Amino acid sequence: MAKSPEEEHPHKAFGWAAKDTSGILSPFHFSRRDNGVEDVTIKILYCGVCHSDLHAAKNEWGFSRYPMVPGHEIVGLVTKTGSNVMKLKVDDRVGVGVMVNSCKSCEYCHQDLENYCPQMIFTYNAQNHDGTRTYGGYSNTIVVDQHFVVRIPDSMPSDGCAPLLCAGITVYSPMKYYGMTEPGKHLGIVGLGGLGHVAVKIGKAFGLKVTVISSSSRKEREALDRLGADSFLVSNDPAKMKAAFGTMDYIIDTVSAVHALAPFLSLLKTNGKLVTLGLPEKPLELPIFPLVLGRKLVGGSDVGGMKETQEMLDFCAKHNIAADVEVIQMDQINTAMERLAKSDVRYRFVIDVANSLSQSQL
Amino acid sequence: MAAKSHEEEHDNKAFGWAARDQSGVLSPFQFSRRVTGEKDVAFKVLFCGICHSDLHMAKNEWGISTYPLVPGHEIVGQVTEVGSKVDKFKVGDKVGVGGLVGSCHSCDSCSNNLENYCPEMILTYSAKYHDGTITYGGYSDIMVADEHFIVRIPENLPLDAAAPLLCAGITVYSPLRFFDLDKPGMHVGVVGLGGLGHVAVKFAKAMGVKVTVISTSPSKKQEALDHLGADSFLVSRDQDGMQAAVGTMDGIIDTVSATHPISPLIGLLKTRGKLVLVGAPEKPLELPVFPLLMGGKVVGGSGGGGLKETQEMIDFAARNNITADIEVISMDYVNTAMERLLKGDVRYRFVIDIGNTLKI
Repeated sequence: MAKSPEEEHPHKAFGWAAKDTSGILSPFHFSRRDNGVEDVTIKILYCGVCHSDLHAAKNEWGFSRYPMVPGHEIVGLVTKTGSNVMKLKVDDRVGVGVMVNSCKSCEYCHQDLENYCPQMIFTYNAQNHDGTRTYGGYSNTIVVDQHFVVRIPDSMPSDGCAPLLCAGITVYSPMKYYGMTEPGKHLGIVGLGGLGHVAVKIGKAFGLKVTVISSSSRKEREALDRLGADSFLVSNDPAKMKAAFGTMDYIIDTVSAVHALAPFLSLLKTNGKLVTLGLPEKPLELPIFPLVLGRKLVGGSDVGGMKETQEMLDFCAKHNIAADVEVIQMDQINTAMERLAKSDVRYRFVIDVANSLSQSQL
Repeated sequence: MAAKSHEEEHDNKAFGWAARDQSGVLSPFQFSRRVTGEKDVAFKVLFCGICHSDLHMAKNEWGISTYPLVPGHEIVGQVTEVGSKVDKFKVGDKVGVGGLVGSCHSCDSCSNNLENYCPEMILTYSAKYHDGTITYGGYSDIMVADEHFIVRIPENLPLDAAAPLLCAGITVYSPLRFFDLDKPGMHVGVVGLGGLGHVAVKFAKAMGVKVTVISTSPSKKQEALDHLGADSFLVSRDQDGMQAAVGTMDGIIDTVSATHPISPLIGLLKTRGKLVLVGAPEKPLELPVFPLLMGGKVVGGSGGGGLKETQEMIDFAARNNITADIEVISMDYVNTAMERLLKGDVRYRFVIDIGNTLKI
């Protein structure tokens, strides 16, 4: 008979889990495995609330299993290290992102592309090799293979750094891969949310001219004055969009709802590249004429490998880039999820796990 | 004052076949070509390939056709006159013209030898030239074009079989190079085995690439493997075959211009693989986002190539003895050929023997 989540592993753990497709989270007792020779045990300090957590909690993609403890933007302190762990020690400040394991032997793992390993294991809502489910960072503790743990640079704030573990690498990786690093080139960013606002900061650090493209003008002042974008384009304004046709070398599309690609393809120059990062429930419509007539392309990208994740953190530390966060208590998570669904956050909720999770047990 | 007739607008008499309306039916047409300007090359047309675009344009399927319309942009012939400032060509040279006869020469694209992406590029037929007149294509006896848009045909290439390279050839050669699908040992899929597809197989093989043809017709399998040299053949409706090929291709050149599902093709790509469309379906296609993201994959497009690359492609073809597989026809067979083309009934390009059969 299958063991309960509390009994399946030797070490007690506590977190908040979604129990069904309503996506509503509530206290949940479970357990973590023994710290193996390759593992570190982490006391979780903060965990970012990624929009994927919301999609997954509500089973919007169709592969959720309950109970589900979301959270893959984890910052914490090492409390235990396995005997093979050399590069990390107790009290180190570390992070865990979207993956907790991969096969380590395929061509992708060998190229530091664990994110593309066919046997990669997600931090939550996935199955471990032993058949148990993975549980994420809306919890007090996690045990992770050292290969999937990154070091948080000393200069970075824990709360502002947490979202970089998913949002940060999600934009950094394609920006590097698709060559969006030539100073002076023009990058458009669609959507000013968790991903978008980090993309603005990283884009500016690469020396790019950055235009934020948004469906409403209310974010304009923020984008220009505080985030440092060079210009702001309201996508619902046909005249302004037309004036911007053929002006962008690249576009990062962070929108996770189903939306039209055609207007954004028009903004690209010849040979322009649009990289889509959101995960809508349904397919998008792709017009082919603009691709053929302008040699344009649409690419996808899914986080990044561990080496690149560390590189991204070090890059952000060097350029003083952290996410803009609204810190919340664990028991505010459901309200935060509702606000997130309406994009009512500047620009990532981060759960103060260390200070509020245990209280929520009472 | 009435506008000049087609016969009178230029000083050199010309004769060809033109579509007069959206029926797309072609018939004899007297018109005129400009006098050879100082940078122009004039040539007697010997052969002209029939591209599927000719059919789309003759019937105004893209809404940009002007009638009368003389199609043809896979034109080869022999130089009869060169302008005073022409230094690359001389009388007697074997030359060709493809899809373009003009561009602005000053934009980013032109500066990068990408005249085919110039916002002011001028198509070989049914477009407005610098002098305001309409361009007429290669289903005609003579051709006059700016030296910049003339390509030399190497001696060892038979002219009739080289003609289709001027559009079909460059259309598939360019993306194989640009999207880096030309490295020995790579595995590239080619969707559709028609004018474009069969040339893509030949080019890719010459580049040392392993080629899988993906087709809806099982009947093309032997041809593909035995005659064109493809390494394998996948029938797109064969679920088991398609499943076995999932995640095996570095790239795919998709030549199909009808609406078709690209989701299964994206599945055939390896991580970071590239699907490149060179046919242009009119309606948007469904793009499944999860597979695109989970594999870091790309869907791109490519439209012809610039003149420098077109010459490079022809020279590559000459070195590797690559020409199109053609069915040579007489001019007055053209309407029947168009009907057969519509049904895909040709292996793999019709080429009109203009030199011998275009008669007033």
